Amino acid sequence: MKRGIVLALIVIMAVAPIVTVFARGAQEAGAQRHAFIFKNTGNPYGDKQMEGFADGIRAQGFEAILRAPDQPTAEAQIQIIEQLIAQRVASISVTGNDFDALQPVLTRARNQGIAVLSADSAVNPASRITHINQADSEMIGRTLIQAAYDMAGGSGDIAILSATSTASNQNLWIEWMQKELAENASKYANLNLVRIAYGDDLRDKSVSETEGLLQSFPNLRVIIAPTTVGIAAAGRVITDRGLIGQVKVTGLGLPSEMAEYIENGATPYMFLWNPIDVGYLTAYAAVAAVEGRLTGAVGETFSAGRLGDFEVVQAGDGGTEVLLGAPFRFDPSNIAEWKTVY
Amino acid sequence: MNPGLKKRFGNAERLRELGLLLFILVLGAVIQVRNPAFLRVSNLMSLFTNTSILAILAVGMMMVLLTRGIDLSIGATIAFTGMVTAMTVARFPQMPPALAIAQGTAIGTVIGMIIGVLVAKFDVLPIIATLGMMNIVRGMTFVVSGGRWVSSHQMPNSFKAIATGRTFGLNNLIVIAIAVYIVAFYFMNHTRTGRRIYAVGSNPSAAEVSGIPRRRLIFLVYTIMGGLAGLAGVLWVARFASAQGDTAMGYELQVIAACILGGVSILGGVGKISGLILGTILFGILANALPLVDVSPFWQLGIQGVTVLVAVMANAMVLRNTERSALRRRAI
Repeated sequence: MKRGIVLALIVIMAVAPIVTVFARGAQEAGAQRHAFIFKNTGNPYGDKQMEGFADGIRAQGFEAILRAPDQPTAEAQIQIIEQLIAQRVASISVTGNDFDALQPVLTRARNQGIAVLSADSAVNPASRITHINQADSEMIGRTLIQAAYDMAGGSGDIAILSATSTASNQNLWIEWMQKELAENASKYANLNLVRIAYGDDLRDKSVSETEGLLQSFPNLRVIIAPTTVGIAAAGRVITDRGLIGQVKVTGLGLPSEMAEYIENGATPYMFLWNPIDVGYLTAYAAVAAVEGRLTGAVGETFSAGRLGDFEVVQAGDGGTEVLLGAPFRFDPSNIAEWKTVY
Repeated sequence: MNPGLKKRFGNAERLRELGLLLFILVLGAVIQVRNPAFLRVSNLMSLFTNTSILAILAVGMMMVLLTRGIDLSIGATIAFTGMVTAMTVARFPQMPPALAIAQGTAIGTVIGMIIGVLVAKFDVLPIIATLGMMNIVRGMTFVVSGGRWVSSHQMPNSFKAIATGRTFGLNNLIVIAIAVYIVAFYFMNHTRTGRRIYAVGSNPSAAEVSGIPRRRLIFLVYTIMGGLAGLAGVLWVARFASAQGDTAMGYELQVIAACILGGVSILGGVGKISGLILGTILFGILANALPLVDVSPFWQLGIQGVTVLVAVMANAMVLRNTERSALRRRAI
């Protein structure tokens, strides 16, 4: 019995290098393979991101591997990453289900010479070369004020309908909105930010807050809601009260939630990130990392096909990141296509 | 209860309601001074529209509280019935709105019946039974929807018109709430079953001894609560034109708070439809008029909490005084 085990071990030890060599040979003969792991399957937003990644990889002449676990857990992603390490992929880009939990397995991947990046939802800086992020907060804040200025025709009252008063991303965007107003005081001289209301991302409260804004400020021209529950609630109230055209709603919202209000004119246009472009940018960053053109240092630049050139910048979490850029604009011309996506 | 004591209690309750009415008027006056838009018809209409779902739920919750029970599952029931109904109308856009309402109410009724069986037949504590059902139903909402939302553009206009249309010049939601209150008023005050619900709550063992089918009534109140929560779920989704898994999370606490404001005792046996109306109106003002006054969001929550505490304390004090004077009278 014991001899049997020893024998088996010897055989395995003898065969393993040969198999590995063969595998490596096959690998080198075929195309470089780049893997993308999303949070979970059946997520239309993730499907679009993977689609963008596959496009970007294929455009560069390589092969894309798209994976996603059934459940959005770190454990499930660890299993997939282990399989990918065994398959000796050239790079792994992951939309992390956990900021820290993937570090051991990703470190192992990097020790094997695999380039590791995160996209959309970051893993900690020690685990990644760099992170591919959606739009940056400054651009979101500034873009929304510019949109409000445009919709108000340059003058009138505007108000912000946020989520909770403690939501850090919302508050950061609002801070940038206020900065945009303050820094261009002469341009926005006739635009008054009259109130920041908080709907707590609850439907009923967001509706009450919107109605409060309408009652309190008869000259209200634009409501900016950088949250999908808030913007949809505001769109609903404006539609119900027949105020389409008088008070306009913009902000950040899911296209599916906002389709009706974009189509009926309550919201002339609004923004959100484009998942396809996030995936596409990740594809170019991954190949650049494998080819040694991208090491994740601040100031490095690389080109990303149809999206143009990008620069690595310092990220808030201590690592570095690449920002996709301005948020994507949804308006009547493209909403029909996007409302079924996410 | 001897007639004198009953009269005293009646007076106390009337006093409390009067106090509540006074409080509402003062609060309304303060808000009106701060923002003249408050008493505008359009604002009052939206206040009542926004409060009607809460008001409908409060009727069911009052019945449950009267029997010394509690129902924590209604937020989940709203989400589930709303989600299922939204998915149904998204699939079959020609479905008449009345049928959608019936479907939601029926699903809610079934959930209420399950709770009723757990509480009435298996003697599970109401807080445990409904907490368990809350999690089960909430989980089911995510399972049937696959975590996805049903959005406005997927719902037919006829369905959304349930909450935006008008009958007799009033928003449908207000009309439905008024209808529920009329039926509930008749049921609680003028039918034997309604009166027996009070008896079960004020003295369960005496009620049972005197031949009142306690268990059947408890089953009944949870069933009614479930049905109303199902109805509210459909109205909620029609009103906000969106169904998501975390709809109405924690809403049950607001409903219970509105009941308590309206003078319903969580110790059972005490509570009237008239008080409930005042309680929900006060709650509606707190939720809908505070945005009119420029109050910081942190203060808004604080003000709501303080109001509930003051109302409950006033309730307890009035009751204690009445009891004491009644006892004193008896001693003489």
